[in-house]
Amino acid sequence: MSVAVELRHISKRFPGVIANKDVSMSVETGTVHALVGENGAGKSTVMKILYGMQRPDSGEILVNGTAVHFKNPNDAIDASIGMVHQHFMLADNFTVLENVILGSEPKHGITIDFAAARKKVVEMAAQYGLDIDPDVLVEELGVGQRQRVEILKVLYRGARILIFDEPTAVLVPQEVDDLFNALKGLRAQGMAIIFISHKLDEVLRVADDVTVVRAGSTVAEVKSKDVTARQLAELMVGSELPQPTTHGDTRRPEITLALKDVSIPTKSGSRDLISKVTFNLHAGEVVGIAGVEGNGQAELVEAIMGLREYTGVIEFSGQDMNHLSVAHRRDLGIGLIPEDRQRQAMMMESPLWENRILGHQRGKPVMNGFVLDKKTTIVDTKAIMEEFDVRAPGPQTLAAALSGGNQQKFIVGREMSKAPSLLVASHPTRGVDVGAQGAIWEELRRAREKGMAIVLISADLEELIGMSDRLLVMLRGAITAELDPAKTTPEQLGSAMTGAA
Amino acid sequence: MKKLKLSTVLLALAAPLAAAVVSIIISSVAVLASKKSPFDAYKTMWDFGTTSGSLMQVLNTATPYYIAAVAIAITFRAGLFNIGVEGQLRLGAIFGAYFGAKFILPPVLHVIAIMVIAMTIGGLWAAIAGYLKVKRGVSEVISTIMLNSLAGGLSSYLLANYFVDRTTDSNNMSTKTLPKSGQFPNLMPLLNKFGVADQPGGGVYGMLVFAIALGFVFWFVINRTRFGFELRASGSNPIAARFSGVNSRRMTFVAMALSGAVAGLAGLPAVLGDTHAFNMGFRTGIGFSAIAVALLGRNNPVGMGLSALLFGFLEVSSRSLELIDIAPETYVIMQGSILLSSVIAYEVVRRYKITLQSKELAKAVVA
Repeated sequence: MSVAVELRHISKRFPGVIANKDVSMSVETGTVHALVGENGAGKSTVMKILYGMQRPDSGEILVNGTAVHFKNPNDAIDASIGMVHQHFMLADNFTVLENVILGSEPKHGITIDFAAARKKVVEMAAQYGLDIDPDVLVEELGVGQRQRVEILKVLYRGARILIFDEPTAVLVPQEVDDLFNALKGLRAQGMAIIFISHKLDEVLRVADDVTVVRAGSTVAEVKSKDVTARQLAELMVGSELPQPTTHGDTRRPEITLALKDVSIPTKSGSRDLISKVTFNLHAGEVVGIAGVEGNGQAELVEAIMGLREYTGVIEFSGQDMNHLSVAHRRDLGIGLIPEDRQRQAMMMESPLWENRILGHQRGKPVMNGFVLDKKTTIVDTKAIMEEFDVRAPGPQTLAAALSGGNQQKFIVGREMSKAPSLLVASHPTRGVDVGAQGAIWEELRRAREKGMAIVLISADLEELIGMSDRLLVMLRGAITAELDPAKTTPEQLGSAMTGAA
Repeated sequence: MKKLKLSTVLLALAAPLAAAVVSIIISSVAVLASKKSPFDAYKTMWDFGTTSGSLMQVLNTATPYYIAAVAIAITFRAGLFNIGVEGQLRLGAIFGAYFGAKFILPPVLHVIAIMVIAMTIGGLWAAIAGYLKVKRGVSEVISTIMLNSLAGGLSSYLLANYFVDRTTDSNNMSTKTLPKSGQFPNLMPLLNKFGVADQPGGGVYGMLVFAIALGFVFWFVINRTRFGFELRASGSNPIAARFSGVNSRRMTFVAMALSGAVAGLAGLPAVLGDTHAFNMGFRTGIGFSAIAVALLGRNNPVGMGLSALLFGFLEVSSRSLELIDIAPETYVIMQGSILLSSVIAYEVVRRYKITLQSKELAKAVVA
């Protein structure tokens, strides 16, 4: 096999920082080559250099053995490199065919030769197994099909080396399968495919080779069949992976949260959203709520926080909370990490220091009586950003400018800063990179040791088993099983969640 | 760091400058279309508008605009849109004028009492829309527009049938004249002390001072208090606000009522400072122009002040256009083009800022 593209000792500096340092990788024809790394490790910079969007300060790029110097993406396209962007660049009111040929239309005098274009596109689609109707409007297509149009666009321009930037981020599982089949088809046709991702299980499924980037440099190039997801993750972080574990029994006698027959009836009278949920949670204890998403976990959180009407009784430290508002419950010392951080926990167009106030606007340190204490808030925001490694220029940065993982770290830091006696944590590590995940677990562990009671909801079964003192399984709104995490495997938990056990 | 500051300043100036250039071009085209020279038009406006008599009228025009704009800004910050300021200020003014003439109180207290009446009426009127929104899900935009029509009819009806002062037999129906204690003193005597000569047209409304104070209070409450934070939070992300313990329904209601209360004051500068009664000549359209003032001023107290002055200046100075045979209504085109181009320019700059921040961040993260 021949090498389709090779990067040799590429370095790139931005004023004051090094984005890439000595990056080398070589991609063979007829393979899928994954480029993995944490958010901000420099994957995107590598790809921007390869696609001609940025020029390296040093190092060289070889395509099919010849050194190339790209000034812009057009040069890269001429060298048969194509990029399938994460965010599609399609005209909705154009047909698939029109979108594919847009910008490089075959001409017939001064008119577009649609017949020739159609023939070529249909042939291509058949050849690469990218089944799609060329005459349907793009606005009628689903996400997976749109992606297919993007791939066809790139192929139509003669690409033999295809870069996929986080292609699965927007897809549902079924569409991921379709994409991977398409990738295998392309590979069989002798294409070289570069697959950027941080989802390691997907990488191992589809890639032949894997290059790992860490802190701007390539640290390893391995065959995917020789590594496990865990080993890859460790290469990405550069140290042993954090484990979701807790040590010993820190449970205290006092009961922090007690639910008695809590139900949320629907107005239509059909099945309750949650039904007769009863459990006690002690100080220093973590109770994990397991369940396939949509089985009442979100509603349970909303009931505990007072965001939804319910029947039954919810007590906090022995006090009946039923008639307390969300604000009062928060005042009592309940922290919340909601499942959808952007929608439920942030003001995206406000600076971080204002986001620091959100949910804590009723007291110190951000308020002095009824007056906002901006100075203290900014200082406090800085402290949270440092402690939780929130990577952003400063408290004045808009929340929208942060990556998802950094937003999540910020929210966790904000909720922990008040040292609540109860923390309701929905998917606290969803979408964050491995390093941040470890840091969040560590915070939860420390808080637990100090006596914080935690309701943990997660789709990550290892996290649930590792972090919880007790597991409750929710199915169709009811608690159907209680498991001891020490004696439960992810497989057992999984089948309990679907009601198979 | 200093470099960054410079670019921030340039960025802040970019939008208004771009908007000014574009709107001057549009306005010039409008003047050219009537076969007149835009330069003559601008010069005439400037010469007329900068006489001290005109400037006083500019201030008097801008004062109610400003108060009404503050009222609208309150709802904008809460993610709502109170189009009903016109009706609220009208009702506030007529009730304030009518009841204010019914009793006598010591000077300052009397004025305060009238203001409280006007605020209460304006607030209650807007609270109807707030109630409908919270309890029935009626869009406040629709309900306040309808309430405007009702307020217009109601005020005419009340004036003609109940509030009219029958002791005078003027053609201009009017409420009874306010006693001296219920009139807001004019700033003219004060200006005289600084060597400003009297001008025909009635001097400068004392409520100008009140409007400036209102702007400061608005800024403080919105930006520096818990209430203001919760109001802004429910405006920028109502779901997150609810998750954070803000009662967003109550906030919607309170913001509407508060906006109406402030709006109720916007008709008073003329009533308390000039006519000393509510009559048929009560100025219409303040509440609508104020929407533009609030938008142009970006809900910022200083920005709204500048835009209220600009609108006032255009309105007053354009009266001179008749002298050179141009329709004075050209100022409406000017106001419109300024508003449109500035809204667009600010949006462009806002997007550019976010991109810029993301880039800075990308660098910071790689470091």
